[in-house]
Amino acid sequence: MRVALFATCLADAMFPHAARATVTLLERLGHDVAFPAAQTCCGQMHINTGYRRQARNLVRHHTDVFEAYDAIVAPSGSCVGSVRHQHTAIARDAGDQRLAARAAQLATRTWELSEFLIDVLGVEDVGAHFPHRVTYHPTCHSLRMLRVGDKPLRLLRAVRGIDLVELPAAEQCCGFGGTFALKNADTSAAMLADKTGHILATGAAVVTAGDASCLMHIGGGLSRLESGVRPLHLAEILAATDRSRP
Amino acid sequence: MSARDEILNRIRTANGPTPAAVPIPRDYATTGAYATGAPELLDLLADRLHDYRAAVHRCTPDELAATLAELTRGWRVAVPEPLTVPGAVPDRPTLSHADLDGVDAVLTGCAAACADTGTIVLDAGAGQGRRALTLIPDRHVCVIHAEQVVQTVPELLRRLDPSRPLTLISGPSATSDIELDRVEGVHGPRTLIVVIVDGGVPAGPIVSTGSRG
Amino acid sequence: MTSTFLGMPHAPRGVGQLRGDEPFPAAAHKALADRQLRRNLGHATATIRGKRARAVAELADWEQLRQAGEAIKAATMARLDEHLLSLEAAVTARGGHVHWARDAVEANRIVTDLVRATGATEVVKVKSMATQEIGLNEALAAAGITAVETDLAELIVQLGHDKPSHILVPAIHRNRTEIRDIFLRHMPGVDPDLTDEPRRLAMAARAHLRAKFLTAKVAVSGANFAVAETGTVTVVESEGNGRMCLTLPDTLITVMGIEKVVPTWTDLEVFLQLLPRSSTGERMNPYTSTWTGVTAGDGPQEFHLVLLDNGRTAVLADSAGRSALHCIRCSACLNVCPVYERTGGHAYGSVYPGPIGAILSPQLTGIEDNASLPYASSLCGACYDVCPVRIDIPSILVHLRGEHVEARERGLLPSAEGLAMAVAAWAMAAPRRFRFAERLLRLGRLLGRSGRIRRLPPPLSAWTAARDLPAPPAQTFRQWWRTRPGDGTR
Repeated sequence: MRVALFATCLADAMFPHAARATVTLLERLGHDVAFPAAQTCCGQMHINTGYRRQARNLVRHHTDVFEAYDAIVAPSGSCVGSVRHQHTAIARDAGDQRLAARAAQLATRTWELSEFLIDVLGVEDVGAHFPHRVTYHPTCHSLRMLRVGDKPLRLLRAVRGIDLVELPAAEQCCGFGGTFALKNADTSAAMLADKTGHILATGAAVVTAGDASCLMHIGGGLSRLESGVRPLHLAEILAATDRSRP
Repeated sequence: MSARDEILNRIRTANGPTPAAVPIPRDYATTGAYATGAPELLDLLADRLHDYRAAVHRCTPDELAATLAELTRGWRVAVPEPLTVPGAVPDRPTLSHADLDGVDAVLTGCAAACADTGTIVLDAGAGQGRRALTLIPDRHVCVIHAEQVVQTVPELLRRLDPSRPLTLISGPSATSDIELDRVEGVHGPRTLIVVIVDGGVPAGPIVSTGSRG
Repeated sequence: MTSTFLGMPHAPRGVGQLRGDEPFPAAAHKALADRQLRRNLGHATATIRGKRARAVAELADWEQLRQAGEAIKAATMARLDEHLLSLEAAVTARGGHVHWARDAVEANRIVTDLVRATGATEVVKVKSMATQEIGLNEALAAAGITAVETDLAELIVQLGHDKPSHILVPAIHRNRTEIRDIFLRHMPGVDPDLTDEPRRLAMAARAHLRAKFLTAKVAVSGANFAVAETGTVTVVESEGNGRMCLTLPDTLITVMGIEKVVPTWTDLEVFLQLLPRSSTGERMNPYTSTWTGVTAGDGPQEFHLVLLDNGRTAVLADSAGRSALHCIRCSACLNVCPVYERTGGHAYGSVYPGPIGAILSPQLTGIEDNASLPYASSLCGACYDVCPVRIDIPSILVHLRGEHVEARERGLLPSAEGLAMAVAAWAMAAPRRFRFAERLLRLGRLLGRSGRIRRLPPPLSAWTAARDLPAPPAQTFRQWWRTRPGDGTR
């Protein structure tokens, strides 16, 4: 199987450890991982902010770059959500039926990390070791767009040494929402305050999630509170062993 | 152009010349697990009614007259045609709103009931009367016979005649308008008393409870 | 290509309640600072979310019901003209009168003339979103006719000279103590010892309205559903105020949006399961009334049905947004929305607040009049999950953002945001330009201290007002990748 890493523009530029951990994990599980260097951005931010015309070239470029691979894996629920649920429509709206068909095909081979591990590789115990108290925030797009359900939790429960604690009101949005955090900053901050409050109530040392974007938001709030709680991408915990810690 | 023609034109323009046919999946449950009037349904109905704060009594046809007499003792009770209950106030000639506001209770049958939701239906048929009769008095005593009880909402609606004025009643009047907490008893009858009659062919005065007008 | 037919008229300005006085973020800013409001909303929405979840979990076929509900609505819209014509024929055959109103102004005129013809100077009203949308009470008042709201929450809003903030519970922003105070100040003849116990408050409303119900000559209602094949109109309610209005007066005037028609009586078996469980979290609401034209000797002997467009055909004309018309006004999407829960309904400016309002109001008025609403969502998707007719609200929000951006682009001046987005899209469409952009981003490290950025210039200051931003890393992923042994481009 030719597995390609779709690092996502955000993880590439801002959270390289999440993407590196994805590579480490997949290689540890015996897979050869390619990084198509021409990849840039799936266009989700453009689409969700209303710039669908500007997103067309990004959809085309993304499809060109990844089409050759059997499986495309991303450490992001929302970017996979965009590829799976928005790209075809953007291409169709542009009147490009050929691109729409190609995007639809690519969508069937594009996976969020926890889906890929459980649904495609059939593995729950990835051999990780992480002796810390952790709470998990299910990000909205992985939960409600991709329906990953409890897959990330099943992976986390199999991690040795982990003390996994339940997050109250876990399914409520953290308030990120892409440009929502800027356009409706006050409302976003109010949502974030409740989310960080719930995280602190768990006493966890680490909050984890499957999306670097939501973690950037939650982590930014926790940092502002000087809370000491560390945001770590799910991939980073799953990649950790007793010899290598994130 | 009339408003009617203009709106219809707008709709036709919006939908285009050949709107796509939309298939409607109807694989939801239409029938329940229990047959009409089954003992399990009567138990379920009683439970649902009780849950929404209706008072529920159960009796056999032979016990009905005594049960009703006991429940309404000392009350001035209005009754629709063709019911003839000793001491009751018949709605003939038609009682005024003020008259209805002055009685203690109204006693009726019903057209059908749904166990899943604890719903009683009045269709203004015989033994139920016009709608105002069961609306203005503060207490409503309603008799349900076992053979009128179905399980599901689809079964209920399929028994009803939409050309009649229908009132679906699920418990006494209630509101959730204050902090979304349910409070029973606002403008409709504040007390709903239901008598479920089971066991053999019904007899006595409350026979005509069907949809015949 | 989605198509919006130019020239399909929207709801007119200057009448009704579909437009706010200020953009959503400004209104939300004020609401967020109101601690009492936040507590009231948090308590009420948490209560109703739990009730809904329990009521829905009782039905094993909930998803099948949702799919049927979605399909019935889509099928109805596809042949809306035919269904409205059969509704008109059936209602007329049963002694009712059907009127057609292009917009709010025309609907208000029709109702006002009908009330005037009866000689009445007061009407009792059943809670109705359509009549709030068109500002009917204000129009009647201008004609010297008093409209008395009889739903408890509407009464609270009316007595308090307030605005509704929720589709189902317009006074959701008020707690019991505030309601008691409103009653004490504004309800004639109220018991001065009234407590804030909800039951006592409900009894006060009963006493206040009873005489009005028993003597009213004219009632005005909305409709939840109207069955095309039989002409049967349906009102779903809890308190019995609906039954009072629909039964006791001589004349009944019902104003309904044209999208409320359903083809057959059988279709109601779907909606009468979906609506109460989604709305109040009950297996069935206390009272559902149905009537077909006029019934001799029972109920109003004059019945008028006003069919209202007011921008609905403009919604219908947008194939990507039209499913907003499928809404059955249950308000489940409001109750689960993290934005609504924190800002309340007034921030949306329209009588239709929350997620459904954010897609319906801009479509009814035209996007330029409610341009901030499609952005009043984090696109978390909770609304779509609970919608009983499966309206994909997040996708329509995104679609309307696109419509807004393109409408703005057709204007003369590019916005700063538009420029930024265009530059970003250009940079990201080619790997070399993307790598260059990443290098530029790394200049951001200069802003950081101990790995975090605490203050940024506008517009990014909106972020750093409440959150830190990590400083860009020393090495991007792709730089790290190239340092790995072997073929770095594999």
